[in-house]
Amino acid sequence: MFKIIEKRKLNDSMTKMVVDAPFIAKKANAGQFIILRVNEFGERIPLTIADYDREKGTVSIIYQIVGKTTMALDQLNEGDAILDFIGPLGKASELEGYKKVAVIGGGAGCAIAYPQAKALHQMGAKVDVIAGFRNKDLIILEEEMGAVSDHLVITTDDGSNGNKGFVTDALRKNIEDGAGYDLVIAIGPLVMMRAVCNLTKEFGIKTIISMNPIMIDGTGMCGGCRLTVGGKTKFACVDGPDFDGHEVDFDEAIKRTRTYFDLERESAREYNCRLMEGAKNA
Amino acid sequence: MPNMTPKKTPMPEQDPNVRNKNFEEVALGYTEEMAIEEAQRCLNCKNKPCVNGCPVGVRIPEFIQKVTQHDFAGAYQTIKMTNSLPAVCGRVCPQETQCEHNCVRGIKGEPVGIGRLERFVADWYMKNGEEKAEKVQPNGHKVAIVGAGPAGLTCAGDLAALGYSVTIFEALHTAGGVLMYGIPQFRLPKEIVQKEIASLEAKGVEIKTDMVIGKVLSVDELFEMGYEAVFIGTGAGLPNFMNIPGEGLVGTYSANEFLTRVNLMKAYLDEYDTPIIRPKNVAVVGGGNVAMDAARTAKRLGAENVYIVYRRAEEQMPARKEEIHHAKEEGIIFSLLHNPVAIHGDENGRVRAIECVEMELGEPDASGRRKPVEKKGSNFEIPVDCVVMAIGNSPNPLIRSTTEGLEANSHGCIIVNDETMATTRKGVYAAGDAVSGAATVILAMGGGKEAARSIDEYIQSK
Repeated sequence: MFKIIEKRKLNDSMTKMVVDAPFIAKKANAGQFIILRVNEFGERIPLTIADYDREKGTVSIIYQIVGKTTMALDQLNEGDAILDFIGPLGKASELEGYKKVAVIGGGAGCAIAYPQAKALHQMGAKVDVIAGFRNKDLIILEEEMGAVSDHLVITTDDGSNGNKGFVTDALRKNIEDGAGYDLVIAIGPLVMMRAVCNLTKEFGIKTIISMNPIMIDGTGMCGGCRLTVGGKTKFACVDGPDFDGHEVDFDEAIKRTRTYFDLERESAREYNCRLMEGAKNA
Repeated sequence: MPNMTPKKTPMPEQDPNVRNKNFEEVALGYTEEMAIEEAQRCLNCKNKPCVNGCPVGVRIPEFIQKVTQHDFAGAYQTIKMTNSLPAVCGRVCPQETQCEHNCVRGIKGEPVGIGRLERFVADWYMKNGEEKAEKVQPNGHKVAIVGAGPAGLTCAGDLAALGYSVTIFEALHTAGGVLMYGIPQFRLPKEIVQKEIASLEAKGVEIKTDMVIGKVLSVDELFEMGYEAVFIGTGAGLPNFMNIPGEGLVGTYSANEFLTRVNLMKAYLDEYDTPIIRPKNVAVVGGGNVAMDAARTAKRLGAENVYIVYRRAEEQMPARKEEIHHAKEEGIIFSLLHNPVAIHGDENGRVRAIECVEMELGEPDASGRRKPVEKKGSNFEIPVDCVVMAIGNSPNPLIRSTTEGLEANSHGCIIVNDETMATTRKGVYAAGDAVSGAATVILAMGGGKEAARSIDEYIQSK
C-alpha cells in the first residue's frame, strides 16, 4: 500500500498527488512512469512521473479525470493509500547536450512537459515553453513553467486567456523568428503531438514525444503498448516512452488508443451514477 | 495384485458444450475410489523409469503405493519432498512426454495416470490435510529471488527448507507468474495457485510484490542489501509478432495480453474493471499450449467461431495432446497448414479478416520437423474480428540490460551452466523461460531446483 501524502486540485479535472514510494523516488528520472492500481477490482494504468523527492521518498503524479479508474483514484484523499504503485518504468529521457529547446505541453501533458523543461533548464539549456489549453480555467503550472523557461507562451483554443491559437501556431512563429531550436519536446494528446511533428519535420528539427498507450504490466510482458516506429514494432514500456516523433505511426497509435473507447465510456458513466447515488444517500 | 486394466481410470470432466461457456475447471478430479483404482495399476518397478522422466524427481512409485494403501497424507508428504507445487504440476505438466512416457504400463496400453494421481493427492491434502508449517532452523544466510513464477517459487521453497532466509521480488501485483497471468482458470484454478504460494509463505518465504528488479532495485543493490546470492526467474518477456501487415490493428492481441487481461486482470468477471474485446470470430495463430489456452478462452468469452491457424500439421503441434483434444471437443476449428500473411482492417482500423496462404510439408528442418513450404497463389481470407498471436516470447530485457557481467545469447536468453544454473556473474543463478525461452512450467521448476542446490553449495563453500 502506498500512502497519499498530499492531494491538490490543479483545476476542475486535474489533480496532483504526492505518494509515499521511497524505493521508486530513489530511482525515478524525468520521462519515466509508474503503473498504479487503485483497488482489487481496478485496472492497472500508467501515469508519467511528474516529480520526485529522493530525500522525502515521494513521487508525484498528476492525473486528469477521464474515466472510471481516475475517478476512483480521485475518491482517495490524503492519508489514504493506493493499492499498487509500481515503477519507475520506461527509459529516462535523454536530455544531455542540447543548447536551445522548445518544450511543448498540451493540457494534461504539461504535467510531464514541466519536469522535462525543469531538467533541461537545470542542465543550462535555453528553454522555451509553449503550453496549450482549451480555455483559461484549465491552465495549470503557469508559475512553475515560467520559473524554468526563458520564454513561456500559453495559448488557449478559445482565446479566453487573451492568446487564441494552438501550440503549433506559437511554435511556428518562434521558429520563423529564428529561435534556432536543436530539439523540440512535445507532450500531450496524440493529435497535438502529430501536429507538432508535422511542423518540425518541415524545418528538420529533431522532435521527441512521450507516448502513453494502453498497458497492462508495463515491464515488457504483455505487448499491449506496441506501436510502429520507423516501420518497426516497438514497446512503449521498455523501448520508450520517449520516441523520435518523426518516426512514429500516429494514425495507428490514435486508433489503438480508442480500442476500448465504448467500454470505457460506459464504465465511467455507470461509476459516475454510483458516486452520485452515494452522495445522495450520504 | 496390480490392476491390469490397459486403460487409465477415466477422468471425470465437464461436458464440452457446457464447459466451453464457463471458466470452471474442465477436469473434475478423481474420487478416492478412482484414485486407488488407478494407483493399483502401478507395477512399482524396481528401477523406477518414471522418476527419470521427472524434472524435479518426484518419488512416483513411492507416493502411488501410499495411495493404494489409502495413506493420502503420506503420499502428499512424499511428493512434497521434491516438488513444491504438486497441485499445479498434477494439472499442467506434459506427463505424456515425461514420467508417463517412461511408464512400463505404456508399452501395452495406457501408462499409469501419474499426473491425475498427483493432482488427486495434492487436492486431497488441500482439503483434508494440515499444512505443517515446520519452520526450519534459520542458517543465517539471505537469498533474493527475482520473479515469483514456477522457477522462482521452486527455488525459494527448496532454499527455505534448507534454512535460508528467502525474499522473492515480484514485478506484478500478485505472485505466481505465468500460473496467474498465463494459464487459464479452467485449466488451473487461481485459488489453487494461491494456496500453494500461501504454503510457501507459511514456511517463511517472504514475497514482495510490485517490485520490478532491474528498475526499482538492481541486482548489484540486492547484493549490497546483504543477499548473498540472487536467482533470476523473470520468465518470458516481449511477445513475438510475425511482422506481417496489420498487427497494429485494433483487435490484434499477443497471447500474453489476451490471457493476462482474462486471467490476472479477470476481464471475464463483471466486478472487475478490465476491458476486453469479446470477439465473434477469432483466429489464434500458433500451435502450442498457449495457443490452445487462448482459443479456448476466446470460446468462453462467447466467440462463435474460433480458429487455430497453424502452419504445420497436427502431428507437429507442440501443444500437449490433451489440450488439443479438449480444444477440439469444445468446438475449436483447426485451420492447419495455413500461414497468415496479413491482417486486414476496416475503415476504423479494426480487424476484419486474416489472410492466409496454404502450406505443404517439405524436408525436415533443423528442429527435425518437416518444414512447411508455401503453395504459391493459394491465398484466402478468414473473416475474423480478432487475431491472437501465440507464437512465443523473447526473454524479458529489464535485468540483463541493467546487470553488468550477466551475459545473454543472441536471442536474449541468459547464459547459464547447464548443470549448476550459474550465470556468468558470480553469485547470480537463473532458470526458467529467462534462460530457455518459452518452455514449460515443470522445466522451469526443474531449473529452479537445480539452482537452489547450487546456491546452497555456493554459499556453504564461501
